[in-house]
Amino acid sequence: MATVELKNLRKTYLTEEIIKGISLSIQEREFVVFVGPSGCGKSTLLRMIAGLEDITSGDLLIDGQRINDVEPGKRGLAMVFQSYALYPHMNVYRNMEFGLKLAGMPEAERRAKIEHVARTLQLEPYLHHKPGQLSGGQRQRVAIGRAIVRSPKVFLFDEPLSNLDAALRGQMRVELSALHRKLDATTIYVTHDQVEAMTMADKIVVLQKGVVEQIGSPLELYHHPRNLFVARFIGSPPMNFFPAIFQGGDSAGSSVQLRDGSTLYVPVTSPGLLPGTKVTVGIRPEHVELTSSGPNSGVVEVIERLGAITLVHVRMPEGEIIVVQTDGAVLTEVETRVSLTLPPKNCHLFAPDGLAFEACHRHPLAA
Amino acid sequence: MQAVLEHSPSAGATAPNQTKTGGKRTGLLLLSPSVLLLLAWSLVPFVMTLWYSTQNYNLVDPTLHGFAGIDNYRYLLTDPDFLHSLLNTFVLVAGVLLISVGGGTLLAVLYDQEFFGRGIARILVISPFFIMPTVSALLWKNLMLHPIYGVYSAMMRAVGLTPIDWLARFPLLTIMMIVAWEWLPFAVLILLTAVQSLDGEQREAARMDGAGPIARFRYIILPHLGRAISVVVMIETIYLLTIFAEISVTTAGGPGVASTNLAYLIYSRALLQFDVGGASAGGVIAIIFANIVAIFLVRAVARNLEA
Repeated sequence: MATVELKNLRKTYLTEEIIKGISLSIQEREFVVFVGPSGCGKSTLLRMIAGLEDITSGDLLIDGQRINDVEPGKRGLAMVFQSYALYPHMNVYRNMEFGLKLAGMPEAERRAKIEHVARTLQLEPYLHHKPGQLSGGQRQRVAIGRAIVRSPKVFLFDEPLSNLDAALRGQMRVELSALHRKLDATTIYVTHDQVEAMTMADKIVVLQKGVVEQIGSPLELYHHPRNLFVARFIGSPPMNFFPAIFQGGDSAGSSVQLRDGSTLYVPVTSPGLLPGTKVTVGIRPEHVELTSSGPNSGVVEVIERLGAITLVHVRMPEGEIIVVQTDGAVLTEVETRVSLTLPPKNCHLFAPDGLAFEACHRHPLAA
Repeated sequence: MQAVLEHSPSAGATAPNQTKTGGKRTGLLLLSPSVLLLLAWSLVPFVMTLWYSTQNYNLVDPTLHGFAGIDNYRYLLTDPDFLHSLLNTFVLVAGVLLISVGGGTLLAVLYDQEFFGRGIARILVISPFFIMPTVSALLWKNLMLHPIYGVYSAMMRAVGLTPIDWLARFPLLTIMMIVAWEWLPFAVLILLTAVQSLDGEQREAARMDGAGPIARFRYIILPHLGRAISVVVMIETIYLLTIFAEISVTTAGGPGVASTNLAYLIYSRALLQFDVGGASAGGVIAIIFANIVAIFLVRAVARNLEA
């Protein structure tokens, strides 16, 4: 198993810089997920690590060795593609054998290895099928098998589950996590799906426009987003935001004035911020509490009942919508007036430049 | 459609009461013009050829006439020229296929790469296909290969070599080259589109598997091109069996019968020796021959297309 280190990696296409200096170090056996909106450069970054894209500047190290100019096949990596990229004219066995054969591994050794992997992935009955005869989930497994047989130092996954239906995606997610534990391999996984990122990652790298927005464990990103972008990107439904005026702060918290005149005392530090500054308050839908009367009231515009939970979209007097996630059995109806309570400990404050205020207390799960 | 009409309850009430045989008759009636036209177009000449092939019929010898039985076939099959021309047909088809498909595959892979001036290069490689066979044969004969003022002769003289009279010394090979030059663009065109349809991630997967350019070509690109190659082979074979203009313009089948193929042999029998009976027998043999090739080809291609 291996460590991967990115040192100020940059990529320029013609005149446009796509990857703007990314530094990152990945430990042995770590499952790292690159996540971000489409066009953020996450796939490009993965392909640079794979060797399928040139690195314009910076260093890429695997186990401490610079491999910028090493051929993709010689980097000791294996990649699972979004389209699976199985060789359509070869059966499952030959697909898995291809890389080993090119590496000059003897026939008996190849066979033993492929059979072992096929057993692990329950592919034994399909070894002599062509990819065209397999279902999406089976093809996915073959693609993973093709990566495993090469015993790579690092596994690379490029949105491997996005072509599967929702049920299968959930199942494969669990299988991939189990497989990762079993193989104990360093893994880099690219996805735009935050559920995949949250459930599988040891470490998430949030990217936007070729820049790292935050690196951290899933719950660190959830509880302590570094800036507005991460706060908005992680969590579903996304965090609610509304403007407020900063009034002042001490070591235990900061107080802000909301637009209805009420004051909120949030346990975050605010060193050096001048009273009167416009800030943004953020709170996740699952933390807003619904009450029938009180301050902070609005009109229910849409109700989405998902069974276990209910999403209530409340139109505030100032015009924006605040989404509240509440119990599935809540009786609230559309067009009624409700009040919202914002528990201060769950609120986030963001400075005008988008950066979050430091929380006074770290969440125990996000240490 | 008949079944739909009969089984839909609303149609039964409003549509005219059509019986099954009536509908069939209408269908046949509507089909008949095209069927009759096709029959007239292909069957009548075929039957006439069959009939002529059993007749003593020479345009310059009216004394020789009447039923000949299988004499025309016997004369033809025992004629060394016939066997020679049959062999030439094979050599021409196989040679041109080899050059155009082999070269076409390599060029297709080459033109799939990014390089400066690719658009212009693509147009240039396609353009020979738009030149009519007679013209391209004349171009090669007089402009390029002429032993005295041809371009190649000038090139050879420039390096101190004696120019070769290509069409006299290697008539079949030279014709093969001219025809291959005409058909290479077709192969490139079809194979290039096939190469471009190859999934980029498959190539990348092969690169990750450690496959170099040659291994990628051998194991990924070539199998992907299988279907396209079989289509090119089938279409080219159909046309190459009947090469005529290039031979007529350059060597007129000569020297001797060195560059005579079956099509040219039939032509020379019918229109140079005025032996309608013998030429017809040649035509019938050509039909049989072409059908045998077609059966094999269609089978091979159909299998390839199914997979």
